[in-house]
Amino acid sequence: MTQILTIAAALEPGQQQYLLEARQMQALSFAVHIPLVCFGIALPPLLLFVEWLYLRTSDELYRTLARRWTRIMVALFAAGVVTGTILSFEMGLLWPNFTGTFGGVFGLGFAIEGFSFFMEAIFIGIYVYGWDRLSPRAHFASGIPIAIAGFTGSLMVISVNGWMNHPTGFRLSHGKVVDVHPFRALFANSYFWHELIHMYLAAYIVTGFLLAGAYAFGRLRGRFGRYERTALAVALAAAALASVAQVFVGDWNGREVAATQPTKLAAFEGLGRTTSGAPVHILGWYSHGHVEYGIPLPRLLSLLAFHSTQATVEGLDAVTPADRPPVNAVRLAFQTMVGIGSLLALLSVVFLFARIRLKRLPESTWFYRALVAAGPLSVVALIAGWVVTEVGRQPWVVYRVMRTSQAVTGAGGVPIGYATLAIVYLALAVAVGWVLCRLYRAPLAEPI
Amino acid sequence: MHLYDLPLAFALVGLALYTVLGGADFGAGFWQLVAGKGERADEIRDHAHHAMAPVWEANHVWLIFVLTVVWTAYPAAFGSIASTLSIPLFIAGIGIVMRGGAYALRAGTRTAGEQRRVDTVFAVSSVLTPFALGTVIGGIASERVHVGNPGGSLTSSWLNPTSITIGLLAVASAAYMAAVFLSADAERHGDRDLAERFRLRALAAGVAAGAVASAGLIVLRFDAHRLFTHLTQGAGLPALVLSLLAGVTTLALIWRRRYEPARYTAALAVASTIAGWALAQQPLFLRDLTVQQAAAGHDTQVAIIVAVLAGGVILFPSLALLFRLTLGGRFVHAEPTGDEQTTPMTRPLQPSARGARLAAASLLAGTGLLTIANTGWAHAIGIACFFSFLAFGYRAVLGSDILGPLTPTRPGRQP
Repeated sequence: MTQILTIAAALEPGQQQYLLEARQMQALSFAVHIPLVCFGIALPPLLLFVEWLYLRTSDELYRTLARRWTRIMVALFAAGVVTGTILSFEMGLLWPNFTGTFGGVFGLGFAIEGFSFFMEAIFIGIYVYGWDRLSPRAHFASGIPIAIAGFTGSLMVISVNGWMNHPTGFRLSHGKVVDVHPFRALFANSYFWHELIHMYLAAYIVTGFLLAGAYAFGRLRGRFGRYERTALAVALAAAALASVAQVFVGDWNGREVAATQPTKLAAFEGLGRTTSGAPVHILGWYSHGHVEYGIPLPRLLSLLAFHSTQATVEGLDAVTPADRPPVNAVRLAFQTMVGIGSLLALLSVVFLFARIRLKRLPESTWFYRALVAAGPLSVVALIAGWVVTEVGRQPWVVYRVMRTSQAVTGAGGVPIGYATLAIVYLALAVAVGWVLCRLYRAPLAEPI
Repeated sequence: MHLYDLPLAFALVGLALYTVLGGADFGAGFWQLVAGKGERADEIRDHAHHAMAPVWEANHVWLIFVLTVVWTAYPAAFGSIASTLSIPLFIAGIGIVMRGGAYALRAGTRTAGEQRRVDTVFAVSSVLTPFALGTVIGGIASERVHVGNPGGSLTSSWLNPTSITIGLLAVASAAYMAAVFLSADAERHGDRDLAERFRLRALAAGVAAGAVASAGLIVLRFDAHRLFTHLTQGAGLPALVLSLLAGVTTLALIWRRRYEPARYTAALAVASTIAGWALAQQPLFLRDLTVQQAAAGHDTQVAIIVAVLAGGVILFPSLALLFRLTLGGRFVHAEPTGDEQTTPMTRPLQPSARGARLAAASLLAGTGLLTIANTGWAHAIGIACFFSFLAFGYRAVLGSDILGPLTPTRPGRQP
């Protein structure tokens, strides 16, 4: 894999002293957009489920619930649309040489995603404004494309991310990108399905815990009628089941990374040297080639990654220091993701046990307190997970083909753009938060 | 026309649709900005909001379409444009965020005062965004971008006579499109007074857009001579004439209160202006890059063409449905259907006692296939098992104590 350092970018490399700021600006844009994507993926199916219950029973409760969730969807989709637009602008504003060199390889994924986005926008328009104006069945049907588009959209975007992590479908000839096959690059690449399933489950976890957390908060305040119980159960059941499945899917993700991106795996675990029978460390800090102050679990990494306690795991020393990601950032994010994920799975098991064995909702106040915390924690885990995969890929933007520093813009003013975007996104967050509080506080009887 | 021109043609069609549909959306914001104060001004603002709220997101996606087609089919040109014109593009991006924020916020506003404040944010960004995007077009049209990172001055590439003129033209034509569309909408809803007010606005904006366009030709004569020559004497001339005719026809139609056909002639005027630009600028994409040189490889061209054609097969019927429902007035006039039209399914759904067991079995099978087996197909079946776990589990977890018997109850039962 050493042919790689000779890539000749389409444009001359930009002179950029603010590479780190450009990366942070990109990270900020992702961190704001990705939680909104979760609602785009998971809220429409939950909403449709509730509407289906209404069609089935004519119980007004479900109609009220579906209409109130529709308003949440409207606000979050609007924010998702515009923050997603910023991301597509940044493809050129921050990384013109990445897009300029490889747009012909990966761009197709985004073009198809554009159509997915079209379907989402069109049918959200129809669904939202069609309450009261379409027949109940037609209205329900108009929601189905939204749910499908939420899935296909994330499939396309993640196929591009999978390609960045495992670039295929082209050849380098004297540093030039030649012999490009976009469909093969994106969809014949086996290295994105694990990411897609992981993200899809994460969307249900984030959406479900955040929604359930809001009703749990109401319960702590004494607001817990049949409406709130139903809403909590519908959201939490999805999040709890997804959390349990995520444990196994996450393990699968780790093995895929071990096989294809060993340096990234070494950064997850702070494994300085190639080791057989490699351990896992919980907590601690990576310094000078090993983890200090961590709790070692001997041979566990070899076992998890390769299903053998003797297996050899490649360490960071397999590549030169210039080709290693920032280990502590990746490792901290990894531990955060796994730690929170495990806690959420534990909370989920409590809920599932109460529902299936005891046939009731948990009664402990502590459960509901934990549930209030679970929503924001799931968002932290989500973002930590993306840090793991994106920072873990550094210093490459296209793994072992193009460095992030080769991709960056040569235009000035990155810090100004970063600061402006931070302020605008803060305002957006306040605005969306305010709207959601308003919707939350609105009495049930209020016409929507 | 060559294969490598086709994606550009798609992108230009997308740009024309964005200018017409997205333009109407921006223009609605413009009329909110200049509506003034008082009850009559609130009517203008409300009408502008309600007409656009169901369609703005779909209209916005045309911009994304243009971006993705250009960066896939002409990556080096896209990189150079985005790097050189980063400032106006960033301003447009911020404007778009503010507009989306305003749409999200309006869902939570209750009082007229709150609404007015939100509308102001919306309106200001609705003027800023088309202006900034217009300056981007101006920078490309006046050949101020060449291949590079950045390929040209960060400031004079968009702060120049052509860019400013096209920025102003974008704002004026957005206002014009919006006024035409909104008067047609108001007329269809039977609000003669409101239609009349937008008619006057449409006439004023139409004359203003025409004046800016004419002045623009003089600016091009001095600032972008190659484009001017090709537009007035070369390939762009027929489109220019068509645009002029369509513009004059639209004004005449509005004058005679024929709003419905005016929609289409106004769109034609905008579309032919864009066609004229494209024809006059060809074969150049950037100052030192022809379309042929900018084009990605053959396979990429074929892939994007296939994707766009296949996408179009799904897209256009869906768009037609959306516009039939909105423009057909069904989203405004229809009476609430209420519960009487609900025809609940009568088949009772028994909570399945086996659900939990099936879920557990699926989880076990999925774990085995995903964790122990090591081939692609086993993983695929494993994932299918996980989804079956989610489905069975969901039903098992939501028992009848939560959902009730899942048989029809009488409408109107309260929680």
